Amino acid sequence: MRKVLLPSLIIIAACLLLLRIFYLQIIDDSLKLKSDNNAIKIKYDYPERGYIYDRNGKLLVANQPSYDIMVIPRDIKNIDTLEFCQLLNITKEDFLEKIAKAKVYSPRLPSVFLPQLNKMEFAAFQEKIRKFEGFYFQKRSLRDYQVNFGANIFGFITQVNEKLIAKNPYYNSGDLIGKQGVEESYEEVLRGIKGVKYFQKDKFNREIGSFKEGKYDTIAVQGEDINLTIDAELQKYGEELMINKRGGIVAIEPKTGEILALVTAPSYDPAILVGRQRSKNYTLLYRDSIAKPLFDRSLLAEYAPGSPFKILTGLVGLQEGVINEQTTFMCHHGFSYAPGRFMKCHGFGPHQLHNGIALSCNAYFGNVYLRIIGKYASTPYAVDVWSNHVKSFGLGQFMGYDLPTGKKGKVPTSKTYKKMYPGWGYSGKTIVSNSIGQGEVVMTPIQLANMMATVANEGYYYTPHIIRKIKGEKIDPKFTKKHYTTIDKKYFAPMISGLFDVYNMGTASGLRVEGIDICGKTGTAENFAKIGGKRVQLEDHSIFVAFAPKDNPKIAIAVMIENGGYGATIAGPIASLMIEKYLRHKITRTDLEKRTLERSLQSRYAILGGLSDVVLKEMRIKDSIAKSKIIVPKVKIDTTKRN
Amino acid sequence: MKNQSLTNNIDWVCIIIYILLVIMGWLNIYSSSLSSMDGTSEKQFIFIVLTVPLIFILLYVDGKFYEKYASIIYGVSLLSLLGLFAFGKTIAGQRCWYAFGSFTLQPSEFAKAATALALAKYLSDTQINLKDVNRQIQALAILFFPVMLILPQPDPGSALIYSIFIIVLYREGLPAWYVLTGFVGIVLFMLTLILEPQYVILIALIVIVLVHFKSRLGDRNIFLSGIIFALISGFVLSVSYVFTNVFKQHHRDRFNILLGKSVDMKGIGYNTNQSEIAIGSGGWFGKGFLEGTQTKGGFVPEQHTDYIFTTVGEEWGFLGSLFVIALFAGLLLRIIYLAERQKTKFSRVYGYCVAGVLFIHFFVNIAMVVGVFPTIGVPLPFFSYGGSGLWGFTILLFIFIKMDANKVNEW
Repeated sequence: MRKVLLPSLIIIAACLLLLRIFYLQIIDDSLKLKSDNNAIKIKYDYPERGYIYDRNGKLLVANQPSYDIMVIPRDIKNIDTLEFCQLLNITKEDFLEKIAKAKVYSPRLPSVFLPQLNKMEFAAFQEKIRKFEGFYFQKRSLRDYQVNFGANIFGFITQVNEKLIAKNPYYNSGDLIGKQGVEESYEEVLRGIKGVKYFQKDKFNREIGSFKEGKYDTIAVQGEDINLTIDAELQKYGEELMINKRGGIVAIEPKTGEILALVTAPSYDPAILVGRQRSKNYTLLYRDSIAKPLFDRSLLAEYAPGSPFKILTGLVGLQEGVINEQTTFMCHHGFSYAPGRFMKCHGFGPHQLHNGIALSCNAYFGNVYLRIIGKYASTPYAVDVWSNHVKSFGLGQFMGYDLPTGKKGKVPTSKTYKKMYPGWGYSGKTIVSNSIGQGEVVMTPIQLANMMATVANEGYYYTPHIIRKIKGEKIDPKFTKKHYTTIDKKYFAPMISGLFDVYNMGTASGLRVEGIDICGKTGTAENFAKIGGKRVQLEDHSIFVAFAPKDNPKIAIAVMIENGGYGATIAGPIASLMIEKYLRHKITRTDLEKRTLERSLQSRYAILGGLSDVVLKEMRIKDSIAKSKIIVPKVKIDTTKRN
Repeated sequence: MKNQSLTNNIDWVCIIIYILLVIMGWLNIYSSSLSSMDGTSEKQFIFIVLTVPLIFILLYVDGKFYEKYASIIYGVSLLSLLGLFAFGKTIAGQRCWYAFGSFTLQPSEFAKAATALALAKYLSDTQINLKDVNRQIQALAILFFPVMLILPQPDPGSALIYSIFIIVLYREGLPAWYVLTGFVGIVLFMLTLILEPQYVILIALIVIVLVHFKSRLGDRNIFLSGIIFALISGFVLSVSYVFTNVFKQHHRDRFNILLGKSVDMKGIGYNTNQSEIAIGSGGWFGKGFLEGTQTKGGFVPEQHTDYIFTTVGEEWGFLGSLFVIALFAGLLLRIIYLAERQKTKFSRVYGYCVAGVLFIHFFVNIAMVVGVFPTIGVPLPFFSYGGSGLWGFTILLFIFIKMDANKVNEW
């Protein structure tokens, strides 16, 4: 026995050690990761973000260098603190505090001492930086906006959040990413691909050479420049016209589906979300829950379309064969569609399709709608037939445009009404409000504009899009595919003729532009808000849709002004000015232009509350809202619901 | 021919394993000291070259010489340890070295071989029976002197090595309860640190009561059981007392890390944590020679000396580790095999001592590096950087190889 003890111990010990080593090397994976964290330093080479141009090649968004002053506390050696502080325009207390902070993080590793200095701020310091041992700078690239409009189109650049880092391995903590607008939808095109360099580091975190002779290193790929479909001149003009108003304008080129202008109001100067002031300004914009400057009304706001929807009612009536151009309905300042039920109208007399559209006769389209729904024995079936016609114009769906936000809008179907009227039957009379766009249908401004583009094209549309050209790449083929509606081409001509007479003799006759044949339609939508718990009817939304010229249309437009009143009073002028601007590049009706530019609806919005003085001052929001001392009631309103 | 007789009958298995270990050791030292560029691997290369004449001298000297002069060698060795108190050089708080210019010598590395010789000499001298308490005391005294001289240097690692001689004495007839007591002592020690002392005492009581009533009626001795219980309780309480009141914090921490109680990976836990990371990142095949990121970055402290095995683990992976451990186990078992077939008791005991000393270095060092033994400064034989260590182990081994080669001439 005595002879066996030591050999046994040797064998047992050897096995024990091997087991432990096996555990460490083969089973416990965490150690490999820790080893890489220990010894490998990854450095990224960030390529410059692509530039953004408008449809005519005008530069809208470029980049500017920005400089972070970095410090390694341990390396600071007898510097002239006074001179240093003067150059960077900070106080000595600031200086000491920042150094102390950096030391807490690490005396040996670099920390950001002063972030995002611009060229001017940095220039003086740069000359002397050699004198300040322990300090160095790090160049970064920030957006440099060449224009003060288009904030909703561009979006902004921000640091990636933890959630995205976990989801997308491309991004690391501290990386920048485009948010909202084209910066988000074309993030991958614009950003390029960052280069990676691996370094071996030692226990003091110093680099001691490249890792594996750079076997795993990659070279950065530059971001691509893009051209938008936006017309900078038109966009700028649209935003100017919308000053002191709330709402959206969308202009589309019917022949291509290219978005010419995408205006939301109120908006802000995109430059305020760059650099050192970014997070402060963003918070201010974000907190404004009343005016919602970050809320892109042109894509997200769902409004009852009002009278422009009569275009679809008429087209569906023609397609379903329940009316023809000669079909006549009487209007006695409205019509009685059921015992005790009366739909009001401003007009009087017998109307056919042409006049019905031009004069926007409620009675006419109410009757058409009753006929459409009455055509089939089953009301639900009829509703679905109508619903499908309407949907073929891009309503009630995300249209698939290349911007990251959107709303579907709503088109009711038989299912909708089954839910609304459970247990009892409904007929066309119950839902006749749909005929004039005051029923269950809601639309976003871009859907309205697209509807006009479809009418201009006499029955088809291209998916609206904002990208025109990507250097070295083809545009998504889905943007060059025609979407046909369920309405035959031949029914559009009489409708277009009616829309043309809206300007000649109808509701927008005061808005004619000499030499341009415009087809348009006014709209006025009732809306309500809850203020202090009470339901209040607000001033109507003012709506206008149009396209021009009548033959060979080049622009289709929808203008939606919250609480603007009658369609022809604000939305109409804005639409006609936009069309004139786009087609003529100059405005002849300077009086109308001046009036429209100066028109302010702020007193109407005051009832909803608004931006405080402080916010206004700090953000330099373009909408210089009247500085009334209104106490802001913190209520959220939904201006999109009609009732 | 004299030269021919030098290599006559020597055990080539041992020699080849020795050469392999030394070469591999140097490669790993080269890798681990590459980034520091302070001539570590060059110095070690010189140490290795110098072992060649040393080995020739060891093989040239007559086998009988060691037996004859064992006591004198032991005495000189003790004097060299004693001399440290007067002439020693203090490095990192330890007074373990004699300095000759830039060159230093660590006498405790040579004392192991001297003690082994003395122990072998003592046990072979007369018909010694280790059942005799006086003999036991005399044998233990041989171990006691060097330990007492090494401990205050302070060098607990080197002192710890001498505990392995108990196993050698056991082989030669020391009663089993020495080993058993030692084993029980270690178990109780660890238990006391993990659990509270009162629970350990409770467990001991239960075990003793069970053993007492299970044993045959005639063996029941309530008095003996009582004494054992009292001894255990006393031991547990004193361990607890010593640990909390006598040990310094850094001693306590070394145990706490091992028991998973301390998590300060930047402070005291740094060594073990970094060495586990380095080894663990090796995987099956390792990162390759000179490719270890942890080794290059110098994350493991003392990597070329006590933590040299981390380089093996990181750069050569599990297969490399397996190979090194297999070489060690092979060498140790070979030495025991050779020892058991010695004709004289002297060379058998000495062979056993060689195996024991190499074994405890091997085990304690690697166990510490892989985090299953407290941090304690024990080099890995033939691997760790250092001339004294390399020569000490070479002398230890080659004296035995010479003895083994000589056995045919003995009568």
